[in-house]
Amino acid sequence: MGTLAEEIFSRRVGRQVRAGEIVVAPVDYVMSHDNTTPIAIESFKKLGMPIWDPERVIIVFDHMIPAPTRQAAQQHRDIRDFMAENGLTTLLTDGICHQVLVEKGYIVPGGLVVGADSHSCTYGALGCFGTGMGSTDVAVIYATGKSWFRVPETMRISLHGHLQPGVYAKDACLALARTLDVDGATYMAMEFGGEAVDGMDISERMTLSNMSIEMGAKAGLVEPDERTLAYVAPRARDPFEPVYPVDPTYAREVELDVSLLEPQVSCPNEVSNVVGVTEVQGTPLDQVFIGTCTNGRLDDMAIAAGVLEGKTVNPNTRLIVTPASRDVYAEAARLGYLQTFMEAGAQVNTPGCGPCIGRHQGVLTAGERALTTQNRNFKGRMGDPTSELFLGSPATAAASAIAGHIADPRQFV
Amino acid sequence: MEKLRGRVWKYGPNINTDVIIPGRYCHITDPKELARYCMADLDTEFIKKIKPGDIVVAGGNFGCGSSREVAPLSIKASGIGGVVAPSFARIFYRNAINIGFPIFESAAAYEQIDEGDEVEIDPDTGTIHDLTKGTEYKAAAFPEFLQTIMSRGGLRGYAEEELARQSAS
Repeated sequence: MGTLAEEIFSRRVGRQVRAGEIVVAPVDYVMSHDNTTPIAIESFKKLGMPIWDPERVIIVFDHMIPAPTRQAAQQHRDIRDFMAENGLTTLLTDGICHQVLVEKGYIVPGGLVVGADSHSCTYGALGCFGTGMGSTDVAVIYATGKSWFRVPETMRISLHGHLQPGVYAKDACLALARTLDVDGATYMAMEFGGEAVDGMDISERMTLSNMSIEMGAKAGLVEPDERTLAYVAPRARDPFEPVYPVDPTYAREVELDVSLLEPQVSCPNEVSNVVGVTEVQGTPLDQVFIGTCTNGRLDDMAIAAGVLEGKTVNPNTRLIVTPASRDVYAEAARLGYLQTFMEAGAQVNTPGCGPCIGRHQGVLTAGERALTTQNRNFKGRMGDPTSELFLGSPATAAASAIAGHIADPRQFV
Repeated sequence: MEKLRGRVWKYGPNINTDVIIPGRYCHITDPKELARYCMADLDTEFIKKIKPGDIVVAGGNFGCGSSREVAPLSIKASGIGGVVAPSFARIFYRNAINIGFPIFESAAAYEQIDEGDEVEIDPDTGTIHDLTKGTEYKAAAFPEFLQTIMSRGGLRGYAEEELARQSAS
């Protein structure tokens, strides 16, 4: 008996566990990327132990790919050397870690996956307990295949109603961030449900789960359903048995009716600083970025291309589009979305994290303002500490790129 | 553990890892170099004005955002003795414990201690003593499991000992 989080940990450790208990549990996979692997390697070397299972340690290059500096190139080189020395063979360079792990079937319902990236909570969209940890935690998992977890209390989030045209999972999530604030779910797991979530496809659920950390949560889970199983079945690399909540007791229940929601925009410099788009429309923008592990998937590309079809990007604004993965890129090319973006005047970049953390491919200078589909608008996130970031859906981003200022996407859908 | 003693530098709530150590410095792994950029986007004077042993007192949800372990590493390397806050973001909390950097949860301490106060903290008891005001606060106790990790100087020390014990049995 328990919440989805409690049931997943109970299965892992072979006994019924309850929120608040600390357990040591084996993981399915551990992932680290080019930004967090260097310190994990240092920690791992100090441990002086062999790799637990070379097939279950996944390294992804996504934060700085292709290498934008000699320093980044050297870090990639060092990681490759470490992998060769330790028999690690899974180096993924196909896009953003979270997207690629899901696409390639590493994530299954009932699973437990730790990533050295805070947005590892994205895996919750498939009913897998995914959570982010730091490099030392991950180094110990490289060596042992296990980590300690405090079984979290669960906040049940029920999204009622159906989203209006032009309003998306991202908008629902931003509205939720305003409701809960940036620490409303600290130390807890979120469990998303309700008819709006039932109606969402896997990509939209990934947007919700991805942003659960922005409210402090350690996981953002969605109970598996037929859509989950249909998505996972052809990809899963391991046999799996889905886990479901059983007579759960929630620490808190939050209800949100999304049926009257307008497109939402998070304003600088805090994710919970959210208003309806009509309150900030007209705010001039230097740059618009469509991509990231939050909103760089095929449906996001389709939505943005739908808005941009036959239009041009405002000459005072730059539009950067970065598909989340090679698969998304290839499919968006096949379906003509990339052509639409380029004809509109966008720069289409190779899959990866892009400018989301201000390392390359669209860094902002002092005083510049951008609207982005990513998950964070912290001070200086995309470059200069005086630059400003607004967060919104791909539709809001595309509409804003055409207008040159923050714009309501509902006029285009 | 030894007592911590120093002057307080005070900041507000939701201090995120991006302002503690901005993305543009995340490729750095050398603690000394990381320390140079500690709090770069929060307080450009930070690293110039602090002295070894000083204490950061900040609002709730300290360290929210990214999983970057360089955030607590840079604070530790800067010479700051510890951070007191009503709550810590979960990944920062783990990272701090894992690298053996002292953190203390106390809402009352955040409300009442002022910048510039001289404080003394006993990590073993969690007692925070404001020597300037003559007041005392008690930080929330760490779960026993975490106390064990901390007593080994961090997660690596714990893991080494645990694995040695397992292979011996």
